[in-house]
Amino acid sequence: MVIGGITPEALAFGFFTILTLGGALGVALNRNLVRGAVWLIVSLFGMAGLFVLLSAPFLAAVQVLVYIGAIGILFTFAVMLTRSMTNLRERFTNQWWISAIVAALFFLFLLLGVVVPVWGGLTPDQAPAVVGTTEQLGASFVDGNQFVLPFEVVSLLLTAAIIGAIVIARLHEEEE
Amino acid sequence: MVPLWMYLAVGAALFCIGTYTVLSRKNAIAILMGVELMLNAVNLNLVGFWRYQAPENMSGQAFAAFVLVIAAAEAAVGLAIIIAVYRSRRSVVVEDVDLLRW
Amino acid sequence: MIADFLNDPNFLPWLIPVGPLLGFLIIVLATNRSRWVPATDRHEYGGHHPDYNGMSVPVVAPASRVLSIVVGMSGSIAAFLIALAVVLRVSQVDFVFGEQIFGSAVEWLSVGIANFNMGVMVDPLTTIMLVMVPIAVLCIFIYSIGYMAHDPRQARFFALISLFAGAMLTLVVADNLLLLFVGWEIMGLCSYLLIGFWFEKESAYKAAIKAFTTTRVADVIMLLGIAYLYSVTGTLSFREILYNTEVLETLANTPAILIGGMSAAGLIGVFLIIGTIGKSAQFPLHVWLPDAMEGPTPVSAMIHAAAMVSAGVYAILRMYPLLEAGGHPHAGEFNSPLLLMAIVGGFTALFSATIAVAQNDVKKVLAYSTISQLGFMMAALGIGAFIAAAFHLITHAFFKALLFMASGSVIHAMEHGEHHVHEHAHGHHDDEDEDEHAHGHAAEAHHDDHAEHHEEHHDEAHSAPHFDPQDMMNMGGLAKRIPVTFYTFVIGGLSLAGFPLLTAGFWSKDEILADAWLGTTEGFGPHAFVFLMLATAAFLTAFYTARQLCLTFLGEPRTEEAKHAGLGGPSNVVSITMQLPLIILAVFAIIAGFVGVPPDFPIFGAIFSPEHNNFKYFVNETLPPAIQADAPAFNWFPVAVSFLVALGGLGLGYLMYGRKPLKAGEEDPLIKMLGPVHNVLKNKYFFDELYETIFIKPSQAVARAVSEFVDRGIIDGTLHTIGFVFRWIGDLLKMLNLWLIDGFGDGIPRLIGWTGLQVRRIQTGRVQQYLLLVAAAAVIIGLIFVVSAGTAAN
Repeated sequence: MVIGGITPEALAFGFFTILTLGGALGVALNRNLVRGAVWLIVSLFGMAGLFVLLSAPFLAAVQVLVYIGAIGILFTFAVMLTRSMTNLRERFTNQWWISAIVAALFFLFLLLGVVVPVWGGLTPDQAPAVVGTTEQLGASFVDGNQFVLPFEVVSLLLTAAIIGAIVIARLHEEEE
Repeated sequence: MVPLWMYLAVGAALFCIGTYTVLSRKNAIAILMGVELMLNAVNLNLVGFWRYQAPENMSGQAFAAFVLVIAAAEAAVGLAIIIAVYRSRRSVVVEDVDLLRW
Repeated sequence: MIADFLNDPNFLPWLIPVGPLLGFLIIVLATNRSRWVPATDRHEYGGHHPDYNGMSVPVVAPASRVLSIVVGMSGSIAAFLIALAVVLRVSQVDFVFGEQIFGSAVEWLSVGIANFNMGVMVDPLTTIMLVMVPIAVLCIFIYSIGYMAHDPRQARFFALISLFAGAMLTLVVADNLLLLFVGWEIMGLCSYLLIGFWFEKESAYKAAIKAFTTTRVADVIMLLGIAYLYSVTGTLSFREILYNTEVLETLANTPAILIGGMSAAGLIGVFLIIGTIGKSAQFPLHVWLPDAMEGPTPVSAMIHAAAMVSAGVYAILRMYPLLEAGGHPHAGEFNSPLLLMAIVGGFTALFSATIAVAQNDVKKVLAYSTISQLGFMMAALGIGAFIAAAFHLITHAFFKALLFMASGSVIHAMEHGEHHVHEHAHGHHDDEDEDEHAHGHAAEAHHDDHAEHHEEHHDEAHSAPHFDPQDMMNMGGLAKRIPVTFYTFVIGGLSLAGFPLLTAGFWSKDEILADAWLGTTEGFGPHAFVFLMLATAAFLTAFYTARQLCLTFLGEPRTEEAKHAGLGGPSNVVSITMQLPLIILAVFAIIAGFVGVPPDFPIFGAIFSPEHNNFKYFVNETLPPAIQADAPAFNWFPVAVSFLVALGGLGLGYLMYGRKPLKAGEEDPLIKMLGPVHNVLKNKYFFDELYETIFIKPSQAVARAVSEFVDRGIIDGTLHTIGFVFRWIGDLLKMLNLWLIDGFGDGIPRLIGWTGLQVRRIQTGRVQQYLLLVAAAAVIIGLIFVVSAGTAAN
């Protein structure tokens, strides 16, 4: 089914791209941080959609669960706790324009590398058939010859980070 | 079928927006959000390359998953630090936190 | 499987440093529970902490302190037992050069095609260190229990000293220079933390900084040497370098970079020796060691006997085949490293012995004596007396650890007396109470010889404004008060002085002198120089040892404090833990010498070494056969010299200080005899002041200037200069091309100037701006890539 020469896949891609980049711009430009957090969630959602298009359903699910469900909420909480959404004067540093230039140049350079493409073409244009499944991904995480060590290390890291975050952020009753 | 370079271009755009956010915002939380955007852009690149160039090998996705976990850890610790700083300095503006400046 | 592992001397050495290192981790992470107490609560904090009104400071909880002692002790005992097992296994092996070395390595780092292996190695030289280090460490630990009993930061102390011991053991069992350097640097860190342990005292933290920076200067140069060695040979493993005569040949025949007339081996050797000069406190980098006495006494024993300075000498002992490559001291051929060692060692030995003669602080005398004895070892290595140097290293470690701990108990006893005097002034005058008070409030008086402590007693008229429990002039007659310390101190002192035939110090010193004399008879200059220097230094050593013993222990107490000095009774834990190690080490300070008696020494040779000199026979196989020392024939002359200098020095010291012990207020007879020279000696030849003016003041000034200059000058200046240059260029263009770019002529410099003003914000110390620079750099580099790729494609 093709609508005016555009495949549904391309349509979906366009939609999620708009979500992703629009959300990102919202984060970058919004002066109200609560809205910024919401825009971030929008952007992350678009990213999850792109993952689905790239036939990485597990990552898409994790994106929604972890990123939107946890990190997005965490950001919202942090914004609320620091009450800085009322602080409308603080928005950009004095270097915002030069940052913009640098970011634009950087984008230009990446685009050159990707589209022109300077370092040789990106093959193939058409994605090959999907052979990797979520099951394989799960197996590779616990396979002694693949990722079991990084997987365990990352688990440790996550635990340490959670404990660390609690320790850092909790009120010290002794000092109060 | 969307070609690979489009995904990469989206990733590049997202990365640059994230960079811009990190470089230009005064608020520490906004900066962290920018970092999250950058990490997401990297993830998109990883998964894109995996899908188009090595779909039989799961390492692209696995790597993306690790990036995701580390991003989550980083956000948790970063926000905790920001909250702690806010408690002591009553500000989350990066330029105000200059205890270690000469 | 595990049993095999534990029985295999190839793997066992891995476990030697593990105990103390684990102890460090456990104490730091688990048993260092602290409570918050108000900083004004002096009693809780041992009267150490400056008052921070309204603030709380952490104080380690009592249970944690006990636990930290238990953990630290178990770590050191484990290390001791494993080392003992290794030594027992190894000592049954008949070593032959390059064979039968125990050890194993793991692939640690793959650099392209080369692999870097990390591992452990036990050869004869390692073995003798594994005998000495664990014993000394264990004694120091036991001693620390008593010595630090009342310190509020006990847990930290045990953690650090465990780390220290672990680092030393790592260094000893390392099979490559890099791992050795790792241990070396950890010890540098620990010395900093431990010398500055009582960081509330200004002198302590200054001494810590001094020790750290001085050794760091040398370490950087040593690291250069290590890097150069790696770049030349592609390996740092001892086995592949030192046990491989071909590599040594190659190194000796390769000309060095940049410096003409030196071989690569020579340059590397000089660099490594400079590292040792820093670590072992040889002239001219000796200044840190006397100041290091600011740390707790067990630390002094650790630094000056078991670990740090020994590590310096051990490193050059270990690298000796490399240092010697291209020279042949036994045949009178000297290369630059050997000459450097002989000259520096000989000079340092005499130089610091003269300083020690005029010191009054009980620990400072020992500190200078340490420097002097290390000079002996360096000089011995410089003339090729490898065995004698190793032997002296071991015996010196035993008797110097003993002396330091004994001096620590003297100081402890004096503080006890000082405390008693204060109690007495307050009206408590019952000796039964004494102990209880001393231990109840010992914290108040503990290690606290400066004004803070006296604030509590400022109303006492009799209290001296600054009583120094370490000043020998305040002591006298302590032999009756602390007999165990007295006897062990005497044994250690005689060993240091080289009392003939009975003490370990005699045998090792005699061997050095014998080797030097052997070379002198063959007419080699450096041997003669070393012999002269060391014989004189040995005489002075005996003299200042006698002086110290007499001033401290003989005669009548010269102060109230000395009258009441004591360790708090024989059944007290403090006194037991502080005296047991002294007794153990005193035994070693005597018997350690008998393993190295020359076989043809009259009577003693027949008793202790009927076949061959055991020590020499064992250690000799560390060296390639070509440079192994042959046994010199017995020569009466150096032995006679040893006898003469030891007995002469001791006798002279006794005549001056022992026959008529000083009375209170009497001045040192040396002052009259030496006149102005004494002042020079007392002030250590003014080296501290010299360095202060030459290095420290200028570098501080430079640092200040740089901080001003970099911030104001360079960054502003650069931007202004850029602006100015462009402005000038713009002006030039304007003049040249006025009709072409009329508008630009004004525009460019202005634009640039304005950009400069904008870009000047770079130096505000804000992270984001630095990030921006990074991003901009990334963009520029990326664009360069793009352009270059584009041109290459076309």
